Amino acid sequence: MLPSVAILQPSLVRTPLAAVDWVGRQTAKFGDEVGYASALLFESLYWLLLGYWRNQPVRVSAIFKEAVEVGVRAIPIVCIACFATGTMLAMQGIHTLRQFGADSQVVVGIAYSVSREFAPLITGIFVAGRSGSAVAARIGTMTVSQEIDALRVIGVNPVRYLVAPLLIALMFTMPCLTVLANLVAMLGGALYCLAALGMPLEVFFDRSFAALTTSDLLGGIYKSIAFAMLIAIIGAVNGFQVKSGAEGVGRATTRSVVLCIVSIILADMLVTGFLSR
Amino acid sequence: MVSPDTPAIEISKLVSHYGDRKILHEIDMTVAQGEIMVIMGGSGSGKSTLLRHFLGLNRPTSGSVKLLGQDITRISAQEMFVLRRQMGVSFQGGALFNSMSVAENVALPLREHTKLDENTIQIMARMKLEVVNLNGFEDLMPSELSGGMLKRAALARAIALDPRLLFFDEPSAGLDPVASVELDELILNLQEAMGMSIVVVTHELESAFKIADRITVLDQGHILLTGTVAEVRGSDHPRIVSLLQRQPRHDEVDGDAYLQRLTRELT
Repeated sequence: MLPSVAILQPSLVRTPLAAVDWVGRQTAKFGDEVGYASALLFESLYWLLLGYWRNQPVRVSAIFKEAVEVGVRAIPIVCIACFATGTMLAMQGIHTLRQFGADSQVVVGIAYSVSREFAPLITGIFVAGRSGSAVAARIGTMTVSQEIDALRVIGVNPVRYLVAPLLIALMFTMPCLTVLANLVAMLGGALYCLAALGMPLEVFFDRSFAALTTSDLLGGIYKSIAFAMLIAIIGAVNGFQVKSGAEGVGRATTRSVVLCIVSIILADMLVTGFLSR
Repeated sequence: MVSPDTPAIEISKLVSHYGDRKILHEIDMTVAQGEIMVIMGGSGSGKSTLLRHFLGLNRPTSGSVKLLGQDITRISAQEMFVLRRQMGVSFQGGALFNSMSVAENVALPLREHTKLDENTIQIMARMKLEVVNLNGFEDLMPSELSGGMLKRAALARAIALDPRLLFFDEPSAGLDPVASVELDELILNLQEAMGMSIVVVTHELESAFKIADRITVLDQGHILLTGTVAEVRGSDHPRIVSLLQRQPRHDEVDGDAYLQRLTRELT
């Protein structure tokens, strides 16, 4: 057996060679995991498209059940977070723009930053927190208690049964949540503007809608679809990799949430860079 | 269909590895149709791994596993799906789906493999629960059941499609003696009523002797003996004797190897 403890734990790395060894191993591990995640994504899409003809239909009832769980139940928390974000943007915007005597221009700033950035990002992070962990915990527990084996023995493909409905449910509900998040965040901003600047609500929304173009909104929607895939696949990858026990499930859950949020923020940066060129 | 002479299970030269460790060494084994075969062995003997190969959950390094005449290491996913209808499994901890009620658990194989209407599925699920004496418990969740009830519910799910092959992983683990004996009775009744071939993996001697037609004793990935209950009882192989009399192993201690194990990877 090759790896001794010193090689696997960076704090114990003693020689430069061991450090190189460690970096190499971690890179290989990362590559492995990305490969596994892509395979899982393609397998889910495969069952969604062809499952019906391969005795592995992705059931509509399962999709709706997941959609309620990951989408509808997330509405309150997403609304609260986005309302607060919109208000906060208005406060900061007014404070900044007042120095130029242009505080009523805050509307445009809020409309752009919410629709292009904050609505999809906040939605993504909160759905990741709720569902990224729940998925990893559910699949992990099922692995430990042999429920995944039981599924396979019955002839049910676990990816088709557990991942595909979740993936498609997230890909439909995340854009919807993002549209809702847009409106709620702008409402938050509008209410603050009403209080601070005495700007009527209809003026705020008229100016916002005049400034926004379809591509601003679509940019946010595309992002949210990408986030949906990340959450479903990262959650499932971590769940399926659980080897043993309650501790393993706990670790997978934490790892899933952290990876989901980090990858969402990185993906957000990349997509924004790509879209704003 | 499969002729009655075809063995229910036939494995030949099965080799299995876990990482670099060799778990099974060229195992050969046959189970006739309608037979109850008990696979016995201590912890780490490879009996759970062997079971996973029967179920098509692990891929062997080499060798073949034939169920009802079909080599499951070679057939397509589609053929395997059809073959799954003929197999039922009761896992050690039951492995009932925790998010579903007992009846939904039993109904799942029916839903996946048949196009029966909802009422028929319900009735069939209740029939299977009657067989294992769990009538009236269909709406409970698995977390609300006792250990013995869990195992019986898992059995009901395993026989939902009237399979011709039934597998049990440690049926008596974690059960009190009475519940354990009841489960043994149930296994015998099922075999008698439906003529299934049954494979039971266990380390419980009493239940093994009670239900087995033949017993295979596995030790460290090798088959020590396959034979009837009387043959196993009469065996004078030291490992089998110590297994039967619950004696600890008395292996020869190799001094050099021992020293090497203690000092390896120290620098």
